Amino acid sequence: MILIHCPYCDEKRPEIEFANAGQAHIARPLDPSGQSDADWEAYLFIRANPRGRHHERWRHIHGCGRFFNAVRDTVTDKFETTYKAGEPRR
Amino acid sequence: MTRFSAFSLFAKALSGHQNWPEQWPDAAPKPGYDAIIVGGGGHGLGAAYYLAKKYGITNVAVLEKGWIGGGNTGRNTTIIRSNYLYDESAHLYDHAVKLWDGLSQELNYNIMYSKRGVMMLAHNVHDVQSLQRHINANRLNGVDNEWLTPEQAKAYCPPLNISSDARHPVLGAALQRRGGTARHDSVAWGYARAAAALGVDIIQNCAVTGIRRDANGAVEGVETTRGYIASKRVGVSAAGNTSVIMHMAGLDFPLESYPLQALVSEPIKPTFPCVVMSNTVHAYMSQSDKGELVIGAGTDQYVSYSQRGALHIVEHTLAAICEIFPIYRRMRMLRTWGGIVDVTPDRSPILGKTPVKGLYVNCGWGTGGFKATPGAGDLLAYTMAKDEPHYINAPFNLDRFRNGRLIDEAAAAAVAH
Repeated sequence: MILIHCPYCDEKRPEIEFANAGQAHIARPLDPSGQSDADWEAYLFIRANPRGRHHERWRHIHGCGRFFNAVRDTVTDKFETTYKAGEPRR
Repeated sequence: MTRFSAFSLFAKALSGHQNWPEQWPDAAPKPGYDAIIVGGGGHGLGAAYYLAKKYGITNVAVLEKGWIGGGNTGRNTTIIRSNYLYDESAHLYDHAVKLWDGLSQELNYNIMYSKRGVMMLAHNVHDVQSLQRHINANRLNGVDNEWLTPEQAKAYCPPLNISSDARHPVLGAALQRRGGTARHDSVAWGYARAAAALGVDIIQNCAVTGIRRDANGAVEGVETTRGYIASKRVGVSAAGNTSVIMHMAGLDFPLESYPLQALVSEPIKPTFPCVVMSNTVHAYMSQSDKGELVIGAGTDQYVSYSQRGALHIVEHTLAAICEIFPIYRRMRMLRTWGGIVDVTPDRSPILGKTPVKGLYVNCGWGTGGFKATPGAGDLLAYTMAKDEPHYINAPFNLDRFRNGRLIDEAAAAAVAH
């Protein structure tokens, strides 16, 4: 089990307190009816799925309940950093 | 290639089994091939075999970054079934089940396909309705599946706890009698040996590091850790690493890779006659011919290439196993391991052409690719040989994520993904 630092609680807590919420920094289109099928495909389905540095969202669901972003290496599963939602991509 | 038979076994026994030749040569890469398969698992080796056997393309290389069958082919729980809900899926998976029949004879290699039956448990009213819908849909597609009462389920699988005060009460079960298991390593070895006998080069320790394309964008070869290899046809069958390979050709794929775990117990005498899956509490189990209970757990919740999963996932599955099969409560587990599975948004595979000319893909089998091994190999070979998909894999194209024609087995959930 991995330990995850919640930037709101400022504590390292076990993984079972958290829910992974997929890739981070995917912005919902502001003009849905103006989107092409390819745009929708990219927004809904295409994922980076990198072997290495991955930006992802987590939710401290059994803690403060808030969403935050993290950078984790997908080969070692080591967290590089976690930061609050709305902060710029690291 | 030595043909295996009772006679060859007897003859070699006379010399103490000391003189068996290698089953296939460890090939070194040639400068070029008519077709290259990236990924030496069951699917890739199967594709190479069918390219040579059915479609007459024998100048083929299979490139494997590790050793043959060392990825998900050697890490799965060996379950074979075809009881999927949608028509497209039923045709795809049943194509594979039909090929499993007679595969040992075809390859002259005992893959130990055992039609011991796959039983899926219903623990609540929703499960009952969902499984019965599956049964009806399967039967309309000519796929066998039948409903069992709790008593019939218990008769089919005696270790099952059907008491009414059980933690996970059994309200019934769906049984696919043609489902079962096969020896996963033998499948890889059997295909490798048969493909090599037809002229296919099986190249291990050869990771693909780049895909070279010509001025028009078509594939002209692959860069590997063992040098450049030319080929105008490249089929990628790399499971969890498909996204990584596709990035080399400038393609982004609708895939995410997760660790999926399995474990085996200490070996015991035969006690468990079939495969039982419980999707609601996510536990599935069978007993191998060596006597180990083979147990499949769930995926971790985050994208990872680590080939190991978290202990709490295994704990969750074992808690369910102990409730459903109380006789195994004191069993000790011997080994756990993880494999990296590539999951699509609709939990159906992607098998066909890509936007890059000469580049073909077989991926997205997620948590259940082993059962499809012969079918996926055959269909990838067909698609590469004809440069167009077979009608069975045509619906499983990449375009469906753009045009919306998903084959949503995630929602139909034959298993909790």
